[in-house]
Amino acid sequence: MENEEDLGPAPSLAKVSHIILILSGKGGVGKSSVTTQTALSLCQMGYRVGVLDIDLTGPSLPRMFGLEDKSIYQTSEGWMPVKVKTNALGSLSVISLGFLIGDRGNSVVWRGPKKTAMIKQFIRDVAWGDLDYLLIDTPPGTSDEHISIAEQLRFSEPDGAIVVTTPQSVATADVKKELNFCKKVNLFILGVVENMSGFICPYCEECTNIFSSGGGKTLAEQFEVPYLGNIPIDPKFVEMIENQSEQEENLVELYGRSSLYPIYKEIMKKVLDQNRPSRIPEENEITDKLKNTTIDDPEEKE
Amino acid sequence: MTTEVITPVPQQADEQILPPEYTLKEPEPEHCPGPESEMAGKADACNGCSNKEICESLPKGPDPDIPLITENLAGIDHKILVLSGKGGVGKSTFTTMLSWALSADEDLQVGAMDLDICGPSLPHMLGCNDEFVHESNSGWTPVYVADNLAAMSIQFMLPEDDSAVIWRGNKKNQLIKKFLKDVEWDNLDYLVIDTPPGTSDEHISINKFMQESGIDGALIVTTPQEVALLDVRKEIDFCKKAGINILGLVENMSGFVCPNCKGESQIFKPTTGGGEALCKELNINFLGSVPLDPRIGKCADFGESFLDTYPESPASLAVLNVVEALRDAVGDL
Repeated sequence: MENEEDLGPAPSLAKVSHIILILSGKGGVGKSSVTTQTALSLCQMGYRVGVLDIDLTGPSLPRMFGLEDKSIYQTSEGWMPVKVKTNALGSLSVISLGFLIGDRGNSVVWRGPKKTAMIKQFIRDVAWGDLDYLLIDTPPGTSDEHISIAEQLRFSEPDGAIVVTTPQSVATADVKKELNFCKKVNLFILGVVENMSGFICPYCEECTNIFSSGGGKTLAEQFEVPYLGNIPIDPKFVEMIENQSEQEENLVELYGRSSLYPIYKEIMKKVLDQNRPSRIPEENEITDKLKNTTIDDPEEKE
Repeated sequence: MTTEVITPVPQQADEQILPPEYTLKEPEPEHCPGPESEMAGKADACNGCSNKEICESLPKGPDPDIPLITENLAGIDHKILVLSGKGGVGKSTFTTMLSWALSADEDLQVGAMDLDICGPSLPHMLGCNDEFVHESNSGWTPVYVADNLAAMSIQFMLPEDDSAVIWRGNKKNQLIKKFLKDVEWDNLDYLVIDTPPGTSDEHISINKFMQESGIDGALIVTTPQEVALLDVRKEIDFCKKAGINILGLVENMSGFVCPNCKGESQIFKPTTGGGEALCKELNINFLGSVPLDPRIGKCADFGESFLDTYPESPASLAVLNVVEALRDAVGDL
């Protein structure tokens, strides 16, 4: 089963500084919207971001980024990810099986081995180039896709996973399974995000906890992992995604002005402040130097 | 760099594996054991053949377990799949409500089966999370939630509540087979089958295993926004390819009425017309829409029946209408 090429980090990821997975045991909790928001926020902050969608039977990212009619092209370097237009400092590119399906209504009816092969190709054959962050959006569950991506990244030292949940206990029950999966495959947990936490009525400003509240925080405490924060339900986000093609501004700009960006920026700050080491050794030397200067701080020495 | 030839990556959809149809990448080699034989992918001729992977994943010969499954399910009148390409749209919630609504009629025997192996929610919602499955000579006894409501889920077999089931497709298929072959369902009027999101192993397997027993059809669940409908289209496409009859589509979480001011908001905005428009376009029976009610989620968390607790709520009435329409669609009413 194991080929020699499987041992060792994928060469295609050689110039990627950080890899973050977005996971959840439960479907429909907002993995893809959290992935989208992470990507847009990082891009807004000036990073070069790549997004890989390994939800093979239900890829949502092409629609999220308004790229539904695009396709992937192959060059001698490998598969070229689809670029998202941005005027910000950062860049944004996406790979999804959605780009490789002819009609958008076509189903991809694949059993495990085929999904595994596709994910391997996505990891090995895509020419990401220089990236600060590679975000990997996953389907719900702890099965083929998850085992495969864990295997593919075994030697690639990903930063870890952002785990998404909604507040109700039916959702956190599934997400607990995902956290246990992370432990089993030694995937570091960057933290838990609670999505769809509360809805503010546009008429009376009353906040209703449609899917109850607080589940994410309890979960994070129980598993002793960081709690990154909660994101309320904002129908304007869906509207922004759906109407992006009619807008003059690009998605990164639209998101930068949205009411969710300040909330999500705080969440991202908690991830970035963890200062996970870069996968590229030279970059670490620089951060190490920076770290050393802070260690010299007299207060720390006391 | 600039003179380089850039070619589009070929589309992947035509390589789907849907039993019994499949496309080989090259004609069978000279000593090919046959793509569906026991030796498929394992014979000498398979080494170096570009079809190897396809053949390995194909069903091998007629499955000897299928007649046993058919026999075990012979006493079940109606078998309904609850499907959706998208996760978190309310498949399990709807399966639960459907089971409760049907079993409210004392003359009906109802079974609920949970095919979501990695994220089982049915036991939680039916309020029987701590039960265990008993094994006897004749097979596994399902968990009885009420005298006339039996449930089966992998959750009943886990050592801990939150144990992760890290299984590849093949292993999941084996368990699904056991659920169908070895669980003593006895005589049921309805078997409602909850599925995970997607169109993969679980979906292919349940269809294959139950081909002889016959599935009445699928109930498709969606939410109103286009990102969900996009995945649901794929599920409908799957049903058509796999020959599964579609009983109808229900739109869940459509509209939210603020408990404070009674103002209505569209939380998951139907920018493209929602479930009803999709049904018209694809010529599918639209069974109705169920509004978003925070109490549904609470009831599910506590394993209570929403229909019993809030019988007068608009959501309850909407669900009961859908159940009526569904019974009508399977020819029960």
